[in-house]
Amino acid sequence: MNIEKHKRILEFALSSLFRQKLKNIVIILAYTLNVFIFSSAIFFSESLKNEAVALLGYSPELIVQRMRGGRHELVPLQYAEKIKEIRGVTAVTPRYWGYHYDPPVNSNYTFLGADQLPPEVLEMVEGSFFEQEGKDLCVIGQGVADNRFVDTEDIIPVLGADGKLHALRVAGIFTAKSTILTNDLVILKTADLKKIFLIPDDMATDLVVKVRNVNEVSTIARKIQEMIPDSRPIEKSQIIKTYEAIFSWRGGLMVAIFFGSITAFSILAWDKATGLSGQERKEIGILKAIGWDTSDIIELKFWEGLIISSMAFFPGIIFAHAHIYLLGGLIFSPLMKGWSSIFPQINLAPQIEPYHLIVIIFLTIIPYITATLIPSWKAAITDPDMIMRG
Amino acid sequence: MKYKIFSGILLFEILLLTTLAVSVSISSTKRAPALKANQQLVKNLMLTDLSLWTEARYSRHPSQADFFAPFQDVPAAIERFPSGSLTAPAALYKLSQNAASMAKISRPDR
Repeated sequence: MNIEKHKRILEFALSSLFRQKLKNIVIILAYTLNVFIFSSAIFFSESLKNEAVALLGYSPELIVQRMRGGRHELVPLQYAEKIKEIRGVTAVTPRYWGYHYDPPVNSNYTFLGADQLPPEVLEMVEGSFFEQEGKDLCVIGQGVADNRFVDTEDIIPVLGADGKLHALRVAGIFTAKSTILTNDLVILKTADLKKIFLIPDDMATDLVVKVRNVNEVSTIARKIQEMIPDSRPIEKSQIIKTYEAIFSWRGGLMVAIFFGSITAFSILAWDKATGLSGQERKEIGILKAIGWDTSDIIELKFWEGLIISSMAFFPGIIFAHAHIYLLGGLIFSPLMKGWSSIFPQINLAPQIEPYHLIVIIFLTIIPYITATLIPSWKAAITDPDMIMRG
Repeated sequence: MKYKIFSGILLFEILLLTTLAVSVSISSTKRAPALKANQQLVKNLMLTDLSLWTEARYSRHPSQADFFAPFQDVPAAIERFPSGSLTAPAALYKLSQNAASMAKISRPDR
């Protein structure tokens, strides 16, 4: 192989691109924007999906809700006794939680009852909680604290279901590291939560079922539904798949929103694919006339495509990485946030997967290079005299 | 010698991307303790959902919501909350899961 020949063709390709500087700069900018959008959407949705899977992999294996008239209702604690009788169930723990709307700041909070916070959880809390004696203590998420401008030892007034005002004293605030889980959480002692929501003593919000063998979860879920017809068992695998579906859909939606720019670029590539300009055809004719082979011309056009693609691909990927992981997905975040009045500062785990790079290459570089090669090949196999005459 | 300048730029870009890839693996090592702590939080508090969209109960807890919650008016209705309107595939997924589990119940021997 004569490496010198390839170098010269590359040199010629660069000179040829330089001759049409403005046109090629515009193509590179449009191309970079497309790579940037594709990559940002992929990085954003994949990082969120991975974060969800990594975290929710630790959620309960099986949750049992009670449905009445198609709606989630409080579950009687006697259901727990029935479920315990199923072989393979090791424990059934009631969960107490609910939502509270905070009118002064137009926000919804999630109240969760917990009587004990293990040391691992307490490490993520600034302040203290269960060490303190007294009623109406709570640990709140960063979003709640910022929203209400409260600090530890401050008071959050909450209107209970009984119409009375309950003054919750903030005993601790979750650290910023856990905002993706705790941003809107208000953790109270179970008795306080039951008092605020007027949950009867023999009821719970739902039940967490601990299963000895995880392979039996589906069977146990089926048995629960047979035994208690108004129950709705939710398996961990369903929770994870729900999040996978949501983030895949959102990634697709982000691309859909920028569909206009992708279409514009596709039209540009299509335009190149359907025919060369008179100038380009003439250039190919001259090259053929002075002794270039068809393979040399295809190589020239390949280099041109590769130069443009590499000048767009790498910056597109690098800008997308900076956009998602340094700027927190600035362009996409309004889509993510929806109308939530409190939204966590998500610090996504950066990632560059070879698979994603290959997907982006197949969606951008391959179509572009193909679009430049086909018309050039068509022109290169035609008689040079005919090409020059047009 | 334009090709030398081009090769230089290309090498620089590849180097930059490689540096990013290396920094990604370093940052994932650094983030490991925080991730572990959050996993413990999920386990201990028995959490089921991420605290992302707080505007409605079905967007705060997509995995726990009623099947029809985001479509309370008619199926596939335009939702009043942006995040609710974006949960379509998840809801469809749940419906198919539900149909599958109902099928299992009706054929317990299989």
